[in-house]
Amino acid sequence: MSLNESSSMASAQLSEKKSLLRIRGLSKAYDNTQILNGIDLDIYDGEFLTLLGPSGCGKTTLLRLIGGFEMPDAGTMQLDGVDISTMPAEKRPINTVFQQYALFPHMSVFDNIAYGLKLKKVPKDEIQARVKEALEMVQLEHTINRRPQDLSGGQQQRIAIARAVVNRPKMLLLDEPLSALDAKMRVQMQSELKRLQRELGITFVFVTHDQEEALSMSDRIAVMKAGVFQQIDSPIRIYESPANLFTANFIGETNLFKARVLEVGEQRIKVEVTEQKEGYHPIRDLPKPKFDVQVGQSINLLLRPEDIRVYYLSEGHEGLVGHVVDSAYKGSTLDSVIRLQNGNTIKTSEYFNEDDPNFNYKLGQEVRVDWVDGWEWVLPDE
Amino acid sequence: MNKSILPNTAANLRNNGRLFQRVTLFVIWAWLIIFALIPNILVVLASFLTRDEDKFLALPVTIDNYLRFVDPLYVKVFLHSLSMASVTTIICLLLGYPFAWLVSRTSKRWQSFLMLLLIIPFWTNSLVRLYAVKLIMAANGLLSSALIGMGLINEPLQILYTEKAVIGGLVYLLFPFMVLPLYAVFTDLRQDIVLASKDLGANKFQTFWHVILPLTTPGIISGVLLVLLPAMGMFYVADILGGSRNLLVGNIIKSQFLDARDWPFGAAASVLLTLTMAILIAAYYASSKRIGKTDHNEVA
Amino acid sequence: MTSTTISNAMKWFSRLYLTLIYLVLFAPILVMVVFSFNASKVGYTWAGFSLHWYYELFSNEAMIQAAINSVLLAVVAATVTTVIGSLTALSFQRYDFKGKSVLQSLLFVLMMSPEIVLAISLLALFLMIGIELGFVTLLLAHITFCLPFVVITVSARLASLDNSLLEAARDLGASEFTMIRTVLLPIILPAVLAGWVLAFTLSLDDVVVSTFNTGASFEILPLQIYSMVRVGVKPEVNAVGTILLGISLVGLLISQLLLLKKR
Repeated sequence: MSLNESSSMASAQLSEKKSLLRIRGLSKAYDNTQILNGIDLDIYDGEFLTLLGPSGCGKTTLLRLIGGFEMPDAGTMQLDGVDISTMPAEKRPINTVFQQYALFPHMSVFDNIAYGLKLKKVPKDEIQARVKEALEMVQLEHTINRRPQDLSGGQQQRIAIARAVVNRPKMLLLDEPLSALDAKMRVQMQSELKRLQRELGITFVFVTHDQEEALSMSDRIAVMKAGVFQQIDSPIRIYESPANLFTANFIGETNLFKARVLEVGEQRIKVEVTEQKEGYHPIRDLPKPKFDVQVGQSINLLLRPEDIRVYYLSEGHEGLVGHVVDSAYKGSTLDSVIRLQNGNTIKTSEYFNEDDPNFNYKLGQEVRVDWVDGWEWVLPDE
Repeated sequence: MNKSILPNTAANLRNNGRLFQRVTLFVIWAWLIIFALIPNILVVLASFLTRDEDKFLALPVTIDNYLRFVDPLYVKVFLHSLSMASVTTIICLLLGYPFAWLVSRTSKRWQSFLMLLLIIPFWTNSLVRLYAVKLIMAANGLLSSALIGMGLINEPLQILYTEKAVIGGLVYLLFPFMVLPLYAVFTDLRQDIVLASKDLGANKFQTFWHVILPLTTPGIISGVLLVLLPAMGMFYVADILGGSRNLLVGNIIKSQFLDARDWPFGAAASVLLTLTMAILIAAYYASSKRIGKTDHNEVA
Repeated sequence: MTSTTISNAMKWFSRLYLTLIYLVLFAPILVMVVFSFNASKVGYTWAGFSLHWYYELFSNEAMIQAAINSVLLAVVAATVTTVIGSLTALSFQRYDFKGKSVLQSLLFVLMMSPEIVLAISLLALFLMIGIELGFVTLLLAHITFCLPFVVITVSARLASLDNSLLEAARDLGASEFTMIRTVLLPIILPAVLAGWVLAFTLSLDDVVVSTFNTGASFEILPLQIYSMVRVGVKPEVNAVGTILLGISLVGLLISQLLLLKKR
């Protein structure tokens, strides 16, 4: 299936999904600083949504508002048709996995997990069964009578998740739950969480500042900056078609090339790459961007490192003039940094191929930089 | 200094550390053995001896001193003392628990200030403070005059020389000792654990009962220990505010040691007090083990 | 939003509660200070401003000496206790040695023991050794009962200390003792000072231990007062109390100013 086909299928699937949580006009301020200012968001039933952004962007505040640990200054939240805007946390059918797990130190693993069920007055044998089931799901049945303090970080993590999901919440909130784990554990837990979410079918709202984590786990990512959503989309579209410069820079590496609009048609535009003063000025034919463009306007062309093609001088291919300032072997790729004539640096990531097993760059080596026609993404000149 | 030009071999580092370590440990061991362990052993021994006019203690070994406590008079005094101390402890706990919780919720700067404010009254000898309390409590004293003046009561207050006065005095002097360990426990209490309880569906009361209370229990027991037992020993409060009818165990011990010179009997009373303390300490260990503090050898 | 009005009400209620308790705690202090200037000879009613109790006090040499002795004792006891107690806390934190848990338990028992138990046990010890009761015995007694409190205060701070700082000092060549002197101590100084203040407070305030462990050669305040006022109320007591409080407050002010100057 091509990229286009799968992405349109994803949007079709999403639009079929019903909206589980409807947030409208939500605002929150602390100490005279406005963190969130009238934001809207629809969270769909069964999706894995990640709130992604730098520190202070409001993602944790939003999560806490959804969880009920803070009350909004203005706006509404409707969960499955019920207005939960001012409902206290203990009444909401939403559960949270905390960053430091917050497991009760004075209770065993069993009692920790059973806590929510006991409060709901679930009968004893049902509690037994459900706790066992939750522990089986996270593969920690043998810890049932241990104390949380005796378990490793990764194990405590999974117990915290079990404690939350055993209550069969409508939505699960996760506040940077993997940040306290070491790198290997993190990667493992990422696929664990994804598997769990698929099995349970519960809506996950995940907060992180790690874009790789967001890309690998989410159905949709909501990129936030200063309390405003920059883009809410699937990982592919956020990566390939970022809405603005901030989003482009926040996710993955970016290379930006200056261009000037030559012609504006109904569906397509023609631009001239003006990155280099003289010399290589290719003309490209591209789809018309969502923002307004006029002839003569300056715009940016976004290309990811894997989209860049680097040519030896001997290959005789035309391209922007530059020289290699850094090159690192990454196993499957050779990642290089190239400085263009005008001083801008380009990051590239090229796969090794069988035709050229000795493919390598010397520092300072002069090269030509080009890219595949049609792979550009147009961004305004901010 | 010569030491700085010696090669930093592991041996040299170890040697420097070792000496310091040895000296420090020696001082501590010596101090605690001489001034804590031995004296207590002496008291236990004394409690089994007989009274002597000149040397305070003499053989034969006997358990008479303990048997004397079976006398209903002494039992009565002990129980009355225990009840006054218990009421004191309960009042301190009821007032001190919310107090410590509230202080722990304020900003860091306020916390240091508020805790300092708690200690400042102690910078004038507690005996002096008790006289001021007496001034306030007396029948023709300040509180009485104020209440009569406000029309709340008709006759002068008769609290001095009653049980109430002793309890009041004890609460006044011992309140900070209840607050200190509670404050320590509250500042240790992680906010996210309280939030987790709410997240899982517990209302304020349920969160308090199932989470906050168990986790602050060691602080409660510390506070109780720091109030209950001293309360039983503070003879001067009973002297000044309670008259002759509201004696504490401390009064018995004092009079036996300093007035009647009956050391064995006084020692026996002291040992009984210590036994009470041992029982309570055992309860403290049990509770801190339960909440998962595995290193229960940490001093409190 | 009702939630904010509830939380506002909670805020005011908690402020009220705290204020009330502090008022009750300080009421006798206030009474003491105010009545030290009371012109009345009787003591229960206010009869105008007068310094005559202070004059009475200054002619009462025994009382003055006792007050000075109490402060002196408190300062010396606090200092020695702080040194021993801090070193103890340090050893518990940094070293593992045989009988560590025994020592810790002993300290714990010491802290929880009612003062009277401690007082008579030390009295027994002193008599057995044959020391004459006086400044030395009282000092030893005060240090003993203040010790656990200093140990706890400093231990609490050490528990949250970042060990890598200390390791860095060792790595750069400092001996254990030098590292403690130049890196650890400066960092935990506030806790050490807090321990000193706590020990000073406990010593100055003490009545029980002082009753049993001092002799005629070193009179301290509580006993002086006791012997004077067994029957009635002698208002010089208010004057001496006010002065003691004053000295301590001045001490606090000076220390705050010194701290501010350092910054």
